[in-house]
Amino acid sequence: MTPLGLIVNPVAGLGGTVGLKGSDGAQVQRLARERGAVPRAGTRAALAVAELAARCPDAEILTVAGDMGADAAGPRGRVVCERPETTGPADTRRAVDALVAAGAGLIMFAGGDGTARDVLDALGGRVPAIGIPAGVKMHSAVHAVNPRAAGEVAAAFLAGTAHVAPAEVADREGDAIVLYGLMPVPRLGERVQRGKVGSARTGGDDLAGIAAELAAHAVPGGLDVYGPGTTTHGVLRVLGVDTPPTGVTAVSGGRCLVADADAAALEGLAAGRPGVRVIVSPIGGQGFLFGRGNQQITPALLRGATVTVVCGEAKLAALGGRPLLVDTGDDALDASLTGYLPIVTGRGRRVMYKLGEP
Amino acid sequence: MSAHAPSGPVDPADAKVAPKPALRRYHAARWDESLIFEQSTPGQRGVLPPALDAGIAESVGDATASLPPALRRQKPPALPELGQQAVLRHYLRLSQENLGADLNIDVGQGTCTMKYSPKVNDQLIRSHKLARLHPGQHDDTTQGVLEILWRMEKMLAEISGMDRVTLQPGAGSAAIWTNVAMIRAYHASRGESHRDQVITTIFSHPSNAACAKTAGYEVITLYPDADGYPDLEALKAAVSDRTAALLITNPEDTGIFNPRIKEFVDVVHSVGGLACYDQANANGILGITRARDAGFDLCHFNLHKTFSTPHACGGPAAGACGVTGALAPFLPSPTVEFDGERYFLDHDRPESIGKVRPYTGVAPNIVRAYSWIMSLGAEGLREVAEIAVLNNNYLLTEMLKIPGVSAPYAKGKRRIEQVRYSWEELAGETGVHSEDIGLRAADYGVHYWTSHHPYLVPEPATLEPTESYSKADLDEYVAIMRAVAEEARTDPETVRTAPHRSSVHRNREAALDDPNVWAVTWRAYRRKVLDAS
Repeated sequence: MTPLGLIVNPVAGLGGTVGLKGSDGAQVQRLARERGAVPRAGTRAALAVAELAARCPDAEILTVAGDMGADAAGPRGRVVCERPETTGPADTRRAVDALVAAGAGLIMFAGGDGTARDVLDALGGRVPAIGIPAGVKMHSAVHAVNPRAAGEVAAAFLAGTAHVAPAEVADREGDAIVLYGLMPVPRLGERVQRGKVGSARTGGDDLAGIAAELAAHAVPGGLDVYGPGTTTHGVLRVLGVDTPPTGVTAVSGGRCLVADADAAALEGLAAGRPGVRVIVSPIGGQGFLFGRGNQQITPALLRGATVTVVCGEAKLAALGGRPLLVDTGDDALDASLTGYLPIVTGRGRRVMYKLGEP
Repeated sequence: MSAHAPSGPVDPADAKVAPKPALRRYHAARWDESLIFEQSTPGQRGVLPPALDAGIAESVGDATASLPPALRRQKPPALPELGQQAVLRHYLRLSQENLGADLNIDVGQGTCTMKYSPKVNDQLIRSHKLARLHPGQHDDTTQGVLEILWRMEKMLAEISGMDRVTLQPGAGSAAIWTNVAMIRAYHASRGESHRDQVITTIFSHPSNAACAKTAGYEVITLYPDADGYPDLEALKAAVSDRTAALLITNPEDTGIFNPRIKEFVDVVHSVGGLACYDQANANGILGITRARDAGFDLCHFNLHKTFSTPHACGGPAAGACGVTGALAPFLPSPTVEFDGERYFLDHDRPESIGKVRPYTGVAPNIVRAYSWIMSLGAEGLREVAEIAVLNNNYLLTEMLKIPGVSAPYAKGKRRIEQVRYSWEELAGETGVHSEDIGLRAADYGVHYWTSHHPYLVPEPATLEPTESYSKADLDEYVAIMRAVAEEARTDPETVRTAPHRSSVHRNREAALDDPNVWAVTWRAYRRKVLDAS
C-alpha cells in the first residue's frame, strides 16, 4: 500500500483564537503567543490519524519529526525528515519534498490557506493532497469538513475507492482573496468537502449540462468572459478550451481569444461586440462572485455585460444558504448586483439565489 | 397474570429465561443466492405442455405463420432453464432477503410515506368481481367498477376542493407528469406557448422538477429562506410572462408547513401562471386544509402515500390529479361519467391531453383506496391527519433527546408529518455518517433513509411515522437510533462497517453512479462485468 505523508504546520491556526486574521509570518505568530494562543494543529492532525488508522489499519505514515508530524502520527509514524529549526514556508516545502522522495503517494497536511499554498508549491501536482482544517483562513476548497473527514478521505484514497479531482487553493492577499492554483484532491462523495467544489460524478455538478446551456444562449459574434475557478474551467474544457484555471479566459464562437487576460485586454475585446457575457462561479467556500480573485473583470466591463453565474447544485448547497457576495469596487454596480439571480446549474435548470447582502 | 397477583416462589424453569433484550436480536436471512440466469441448466423445464391432439394440430397448422415475419423471433429467447422447484426456491429465498413494509417499523423512509395497507382491501381486489374483469369489456358489463371510479373521483374532489379528478395516472410521478401535460395544453389553448418556465422548490419532491424538465420546461428552483420556508422574495424575482406554473409541496420535506402558501399562489397567478399543489402525501392535512382553499389550479395525490395502497415501487401504483373547471377539458381521456342511470366512458374530449396510461387507471389500487376512505369516513380522514401529526411530533421530541442529532430550520416549532434531521454534530464528533447509521439500522431490522440530493441539510435523515405506527413502534425506532448513535461513539468501527446482520453487506455504490459499470439486465451484467473481468 502506498505510504501517506503527514505534515503539520505547528503554528497553523495560532492567530484565530486570539482574534488575528491569520498566522502567517513570525511577527503575527509571536503576537498570537503573547496573547495566549495555544497551537491546535497537532491535536487536529492526531484526530485525522486516528480516523485513518481506524479505517485503514495497514496505513504507513511517513512524517516529519516532532510537532511537524511525528507527535501527531504516534507510533505508526516513520520519520523521514528532521524537523527544521524554523517552520516557515520554505521549511514546509522542503519537508513535503522529503515526504514525496521517501515514497508518499498522498500528502495529508494540517494547516490553513497558507499551508495549502506551500504544499501546492512543493508538490506541483506530483501527488494529491488533502487538508486537515487547522488554519485561520480557509478560503481554499482543499480541506476536509473536519479532521476526522480528512482521515476518512485519506483512507479511501489508500484503499483505491476515492477519485482525484482538482480543487481550488485560495488565499487572502490584503483585502482580496486570490485564487492561487489547483491542487489534486481525493474525493469521496458528498461526505467530504461538502461540495465546496463538487465533482461531475458524485457531487451533483453537471458541467456538461452547464456548458450546453451556455452554448444554447450564446450570441453569435458575442464575447464570453470566463472567470477563474474549477467550475468555469471545467465548463471551458467541455467546450474544448483548455486554459489556466486561475486566469480569466475570453472566448468567442467556441474559440479562445485570450487566456489569462488582463483588464485592458478584456475591455478591448468587448468593445463593439453584439453581446458580452461574463460567466463566473462562486470561488472557494466563501461565495464571492466579483472582487475576489478575478479583479481583471472590471466595473467598466461589467457595466456593458450580462452576468451569468454557473454553479453545480452540490457546491451551491454547501454555501448553506449564505448569499453570494460582490465587491467590484463600484458602489453603484454592487447595488445593481443585489437581489436574486437565476444561477445556471445545468441544461434548462436554474436556481434563484440571493446575491449581495451578507 | 393480573398486576395484583401475589408474588409466589419463582419456578426454577422460568428463572432460566433471560429477560428480553431492549433491542431485538434481529438477523436477516442470507442465502448467497446466485442470479437465476447463473442457475440455468440447458434442457431443464418447469412445465412440459402436453402434445396437441392430432386433430387440433392438423386444423391449426403452423400457428406462427399467422404472425407477420418481422415479428417472428429468429432464435428462441435466452431464458434461464430450470425446474419448477428450483424457480420456487429461488424466489422464496429472495423474498426472505427483503425488509418489506409489512415486516419492519417503516418510519425511516420519510418522503416515501410508508403507511399500512390494510389486508382486507386485498381480499376485495382478489374477488372474482374485480379480478375477472377486463378493462376492454363493454360499459354495460362493468357498471360496478365504473361506479367505484366515479364515486372515487367525487370523494377526491371533495378532499381536495377541486372540480374534476382523473384516476388514470399509474403512479405519483405519473400524476405530476399528467398535471404538467395539462398545464402545457392549457397555455397552448390560450396561445401562450411562450411560457417555458416552471418554478419549484428544492424541498419539494424532485419528481416535480424532473417531470417539468421531461415536458420540455426550463426549471427554476427556489431555495429556503433562513427559517426553512420557501423564499417568497425569490419567487417574486423568478416569475415573469415566461412562467407556466409553480409546482410546490406543502409541507415540504422538512415537515414545515408554509402558512403563506396563498401568497405564493397569488404571485404566480399575477403573471398568468398556474399553481399546482404536490399533495402526493396529504397525511398531515386530510380534512384540515385543501388545495383549492389556497387557490391552487391543480393538485395530485399519490394513492399509496395518502390512501393506503401498496407502494408498488414505480408501478403499477396509482395517482390522481385534481383540477379546477378551467382545466377540466384537458383531463386525460376517457373520463368516467354518469347520466343519472348508467355509468359510461366519455372519449369525446377534443382538448384532452390524451391517455397517460391504457384504460381508466389501475383499478385494484383505486378499489383499495376507495375502500380505505369509505371505512374511515370524513371524521376518520381528519383523525388520520391528527394522529400522523401527533406521531411525528412525538417522534421529533424523542429523537431530539439523542445527543448529536438536530432538526434544522424553524427551531422550536412543531412539524407536520415528517422531519429532516441532521446528524452533523455526531458525524463531526465520531466520523460516522448518516449513511453509516442507516446501514447499521438495518442490523436492527428497520429501514432508514437520508435525503434527496443535493444535501442541503448536512448528514440528513428523514423520518415520517404516518398514522400507522403505535407509540411502542415509535419508541422502538427511537431506541434503535439512540443505540446506533451510542455505538458511533463507543464502537464506531461496528457502525462504519455495518450491516453485519443483514442479507447483503454493501453494494458497490460507485457502480450505480457509473453508466460504464451499472448493469440492470443479465445481458448488460455479462457484457460489463463478467466479460470485463
